[in-house]
Amino acid sequence: MLNNEPTTIAEPEALAAAAPSDMEEALAPNATGAVAVLNILLAEGVDTIFGYPGGAIIPIYDALYDFKDQLNHVLVRHEQGGIHAAQGYARASGRVGVVFATSGPGATNLVTGLADAQIDSTPLVCITGQVFAHLLGTDAFQETDIINITTPVTKWNYQVTKAEEIPEALAKAFYIARSGRPGPVLIDITKNAQLQPFHFAPYKPCTHIRSYRPKPIVRTEYLQQAAALINQAQRPFVLWGQGVILGAAEQEFKAFIEKSGIPAAWTILGAGALPTNHPLNVGMLGMHGNYGPNVLTNECDVLIAIGMRFDDRVTGRLDKYARQAQIIHLDIDPTEIGKNVTTAVPVWGDCKETLPLLTALVEAKSHSEWHQRFQGYMAEEVDAVIKDELFPTGEELTMGEVLQQLNELTQGEAVIVTDVGQHQMVACRYARFNHSRSNITSGGLGTMGFALPAAIGAKFGAAERPVVAIIGDGGIQMTIQELGTIMQTGVDVKIIILNNRFLGMVRQWQELFHTRRYSFVDIASPDYVTVASGYHIAGQRVEAREDLAYGLRQMLEHPGSFLLEVMVAKENNIFPMVPQGCSVAEIRLR
Amino acid sequence: MSHQPDRQEYNITAYTENQVGLLNRIAIIFSRRKINIESLNVSPSEIEGIHRFNIVITETEDVVSKLAGQIEKQVEVLKVYYNTNADVIWQEMALYKVPTDVIAEKASVERLLRENGARAVVIRKDYTVFETTGHREETDALIAVLQPYGLIEFVRSARIAIIKGSNGFNSKLREFERREPGEDVAENEFLNSRDAVFTM
Repeated sequence: MLNNEPTTIAEPEALAAAAPSDMEEALAPNATGAVAVLNILLAEGVDTIFGYPGGAIIPIYDALYDFKDQLNHVLVRHEQGGIHAAQGYARASGRVGVVFATSGPGATNLVTGLADAQIDSTPLVCITGQVFAHLLGTDAFQETDIINITTPVTKWNYQVTKAEEIPEALAKAFYIARSGRPGPVLIDITKNAQLQPFHFAPYKPCTHIRSYRPKPIVRTEYLQQAAALINQAQRPFVLWGQGVILGAAEQEFKAFIEKSGIPAAWTILGAGALPTNHPLNVGMLGMHGNYGPNVLTNECDVLIAIGMRFDDRVTGRLDKYARQAQIIHLDIDPTEIGKNVTTAVPVWGDCKETLPLLTALVEAKSHSEWHQRFQGYMAEEVDAVIKDELFPTGEELTMGEVLQQLNELTQGEAVIVTDVGQHQMVACRYARFNHSRSNITSGGLGTMGFALPAAIGAKFGAAERPVVAIIGDGGIQMTIQELGTIMQTGVDVKIIILNNRFLGMVRQWQELFHTRRYSFVDIASPDYVTVASGYHIAGQRVEAREDLAYGLRQMLEHPGSFLLEVMVAKENNIFPMVPQGCSVAEIRLR
Repeated sequence: MSHQPDRQEYNITAYTENQVGLLNRIAIIFSRRKINIESLNVSPSEIEGIHRFNIVITETEDVVSKLAGQIEKQVEVLKVYYNTNADVIWQEMALYKVPTDVIAEKASVERLLRENGARAVVIRKDYTVFETTGHREETDALIAVLQPYGLIEFVRSARIAIIKGSNGFNSKLREFERREPGEDVAENEFLNSRDAVFTM
């Protein structure tokens, strides 16, 4: 990317001279827009920024030079890496991720990450530089209309053209990004606004916008209706999603589950909100989820959905999805209620507030016979799928056994960051999670290339926890340049590449649904260990089962980042599977 | 696309802040779903600084209610209502340019214009501009009438609509401005209070 300066550079003094002469002394300029931006970030509690400088954001980077002790700026290798890192940071820490990028290509490189954060409800504030306000619309060097480009993929965006707008715009940005259903916000700041001196009054965070209601009032009549349905249910079933994590309602959720005794299954973004080994955790939902939760979705009588959105990968064929069940839906976003499934009882609200109220109204039960149904299906799944995946007897390594061995070593304490594809499904299915905010993956958008930068961000967001990125040989090559970020920052990220020498998930579909016509899925790889060593990152390649445990131990015990490439079977498939267009009850074990 | 019998015209009314870019944010909610906006009018509302969008689409109520929810979800949108044509008073305005000599020479044209409620806005030597206001069928009818007499130009405005059952937005806005608004505002309008059914 070019970082050439535009030929006209306005001097701050020149702009100051242009300021109104009748300005009150009390309102004398005391900061430039750029300095105000950084002071606001500090006031909002920001400690880490992921970014990449360029012409239109130079004034902010110039100001940053004086803030190096207070703000940790992580120089990434590509803006997409920057925004995925901010996503990883936000998902691991629960705080707002912050990104800096320049105008034009710098800004457009954020688009994939914005779309990812929008669909996965990740709070981000992205600050992009923009050409001088007087050049807007002139096809100036590195000018793009980033506001209109990003409108569909942001919760809110705003273009600042005067320094005085900066405090209010950024205050709103942080408030909107983190409140209600979180999401990404982009603030585009023209270069003149960054350079302009203005009167920067003591910063006031935003706490209210009249046209925006992030938190609905909880209506007790719906909670009473929900409790009545739950109390009379014979086969109630809970589905939970990331809403439990975003609402920081893990304890409230656990209390509800434990009192009501209802079996609960998770979407991939909800994983970890309840520990994997909790007796009421019956497994994963969806296309490659567990057998019982899918089949029994179509046998339960009351379905309680908590902070999830009935994505098509969860529901399979919608007109055959849980038709027999009465559905109670708890969500903070009213547009999710009734969007895909017909809801009997809508519980619109923040589940941190609604769950305790519901828990108080439900009767303590155990539903032991109903639980046995899940256990029965799990036994079948272990026999047909899981046993061979985790403890294979064939010569080739499986992805599942890598996860199994990793679980043995980390004991469920690690943050697992995954990319997209077969390895992602295996990791979500088999990784053990003791804690919330442990499973970081690109769920809704399915962004290959997400994991490596997201893992970097996750480590900055949860420095005390081990962070393990699990990535396929396709995805790693999409953002492999971020090894440079690891090299330069010294961040401790463990990288496992599960290399099956295929774009495995697409190959699986081609095998199952397209008569094995393997069209452009055999992807070649570089020697990853050599590539890593070029970045001064230690690495090891594992090709045989007897070396796996040692390799994983070596990786985890290594001080600093480590890349472990594991050569796994080329043509293994992920099962169970709900084929596209089939109902969840038609899930296939093989 | 197969014909769905329950599709009909809906009038979507959105009260919004006056913000650059909001028109695009609202428009893409329709275009993303490949839904054509048949009419769009943006105007001031009864409250200074609050804008009012009138959008007309032909869809099923299920789709319209979801679209309304998506619009209301936008940060700078205060409130969204959707109504069938029966629930609103609506008007569209049309202008017709015709050669003056034809009008002057043919008394029948003058009569036809009068019958259609048209009013002359400008009369010049070479052309005359007439205006009518009414429903789509009414403004359409006059096109057919004037076509044989050399209609030079025709243009019709977007639809504007007043909701019959609305008490205006003033009291609502005061609620919005409160830090902790009352239930009526904080709870959604999608809740049909009569039979307590969540219809969104």
